Amino acid sequence: MEPFTRVTAVAVPIDLPNIDTDRVIPARFLRKDRSVPEYSSFLFHDVRFTADGAERPDFILNQAPYRGARIVVAAENFGCGSSREAAVWALAANGFRSVIAPSLGDIFHQNCFKNGVLPVILPAEAAAGLRRQLHDRPGATLTVDLETQAVTAPDGAQHRFEVDAFRKEMLLTGRDEIGLTLGFETKIVEFEARHAREMAWAVPPRAST
Amino acid sequence: MFEKIWARHVVAEGPGGHVLLYIDRHLLHEGTTAAFGRLARRGRRVRRPDLSFATADHYLLTSPGLPTSDAETRGMVEALGRHTADQRILYFGVGDPRRGIVHVIGPEQGLTVPGITLVCGDSHTATHGAFGALAFGIGSSEVEHVLATQTLWQKKPLTMRISVDGRLGPGVNAKDVILAIIAKIGAGGGVRHAIEYAGSTIRSMSMDERMTVCNMSIEAGARAGMIAPDKTTFAYIEGRPLAPSGEAWRTALAEWKALPSDPGAVFDREAQLAASEIAPTVTWGTSPQDALPISARVPDPAAVADPGRRESMARALAYMGLEPGTPLSDVTVNRVFIGSCTNSRLDDLRAAARIAKGRRAVVPAWIVPGSGLIKRAAEAEGLDRVFMDAGFEWREAGCSMCVGMNGETAAAGERVASTSNRNFEGRQGKGARTHLMSPAMAAAAAVTGKLTDVRTLGT
Ligand code: SF4
Repeated sequence: MEPFTRVTAVAVPIDLPNIDTDRVIPARFLRKDRSVPEYSSFLFHDVRFTADGAERPDFILNQAPYRGARIVVAAENFGCGSSREAAVWALAANGFRSVIAPSLGDIFHQNCFKNGVLPVILPAEAAAGLRRQLHDRPGATLTVDLETQAVTAPDGAQHRFEVDAFRKEMLLTGRDEIGLTLGFETKIVEFEARHAREMAWAVPPRAST
Repeated sequence: MFEKIWARHVVAEGPGGHVLLYIDRHLLHEGTTAAFGRLARRGRRVRRPDLSFATADHYLLTSPGLPTSDAETRGMVEALGRHTADQRILYFGVGDPRRGIVHVIGPEQGLTVPGITLVCGDSHTATHGAFGALAFGIGSSEVEHVLATQTLWQKKPLTMRISVDGRLGPGVNAKDVILAIIAKIGAGGGVRHAIEYAGSTIRSMSMDERMTVCNMSIEAGARAGMIAPDKTTFAYIEGRPLAPSGEAWRTALAEWKALPSDPGAVFDREAQLAASEIAPTVTWGTSPQDALPISARVPDPAAVADPGRRESMARALAYMGLEPGTPLSDVTVNRVFIGSCTNSRLDDLRAAARIAKGRRAVVPAWIVPGSGLIKRAAEAEGLDRVFMDAGFEWREAGCSMCVGMNGETAAAGERVASTSNRNFEGRQGKGARTHLMSPAMAAAAAVTGKLTDVRTLGT
């Protein structure tokens, strides 16, 4: 996983609340391998392109100042709905490294961490203020700094954010989480032995196939 | 209850309040195939194949005949078969009558029991919480993590109790209850919370109904939804093929009886609903929170003060092709879909059949049972005949038009009365318009061709 320390980039405001992951990447693309060259075009596909594949000029990512955006500033509950990690993969395929919002869909929030994308939760007024500035000054940049846990707005204001120590460390180092957990092997073995004694009923009988 | 289950599954404490949580059950489907691939590429094996179970539901066609529509999806299903065989994981594959929607067959097989942790790479995993299990959906990376380690790094969610008390009126059921709950707390109202559903209305529900309620917890943004186990729960589980039996059953039962929350348990948040205030409900917009009683009218964005809300309502109505002020019961539909992990169990099919009996569907209407075994049980009761005589299509088990990954979608502009869980833009096909409702309401829409108050058909 690509580590995350600090990113300064153009940010794109997305104002609608409750953007679900079906909208971020429609279901019919989930069968596609992430390595296909057209993967980045799946992001927001059905609101970004017309039926014949042309860009919709009214969709914000198609507007010149926001084309190189690598940060999303969203409204409440962005990434709600389906657990599809492809929603984060599609964002990452377009170069996005951070999603800022007042709240995020729970599974989407987790999925971001696994893919080097930093989810930032800011108070609703702060997020709305950022979106306003990004509309007023299209193409303005933000800085998201994980080490100091602060977002620097186009107007220079700093917004502190919380991030779990554990997730922060994983992102800063880009560590493989499974590798880390496998380091807990002794603890897992101990737990399994105790669990097998205390909750023996929790292991299903081996079924005949 | 949540705290008790959580405490028993902590393997180790990590930094920042994270714990390494042990997972008792891991359910898999075709969408999980990529995680197997990554695992194999890194030379890792499945740690506990005996705690992992797989089925094929999302990509198979539900018309009899060829299992999938194209080489791409056939490849995914075959890969799952290969991976599970290679890792010795029990797989309910093509041709197995036990095959079905992952959240339907877990309980049906007795894999879902109280007091365990259960995960699946699917957001509707909270369904299993209906048994008093801690069950939640995870992403693809987490699936790989569970396969390799049988654990997950988790931060403890907040807790919320939603109490529903009283008797539901005629024609009102579990789907109406959960739609009313989501309308009340909002699509983001449960974010970061594990919900416990309580109260006399919930306690008097069957397991099939409780699963409908817990299933849609994610539509309120919640990580998990649970219901305390009781006699109804135990009676459902006893004798299921993969449930504990003999001595294990007796020990388990004693422990399960001690699971419900202590009388003085404190929750981070509480909400209450009165059953008497819940009517047969339909959605009008593109978020499950956009739900109203069928007797209401399409709402008017102009009447909303908040500009953000006003804009998203206007956008939803434009997508849905609806005019403010139209009575919901005047809205005509083009198709009906009865199925999905929310409403495809035997209780659901019976409720729909009661409405269909002796009537005639005037629009294409599909019945897609949740599993092969439910299909058989329904046929043994003659429900298939009732549906077919009424002009409904009786299909094979699967997710089908709930998400349309298998190609079974509605056309752009088509309006669907659906018993599934999401009315998102494009969920049932690009440009398709979804109205969520109960199986009885969907059957009523099928025989009248419009959104219909099921109470006017006599329940
Ligand atoms: S029925 Fe729908 S919601 Fe349920 S698992 Fe299948 S696709 Fe997901």
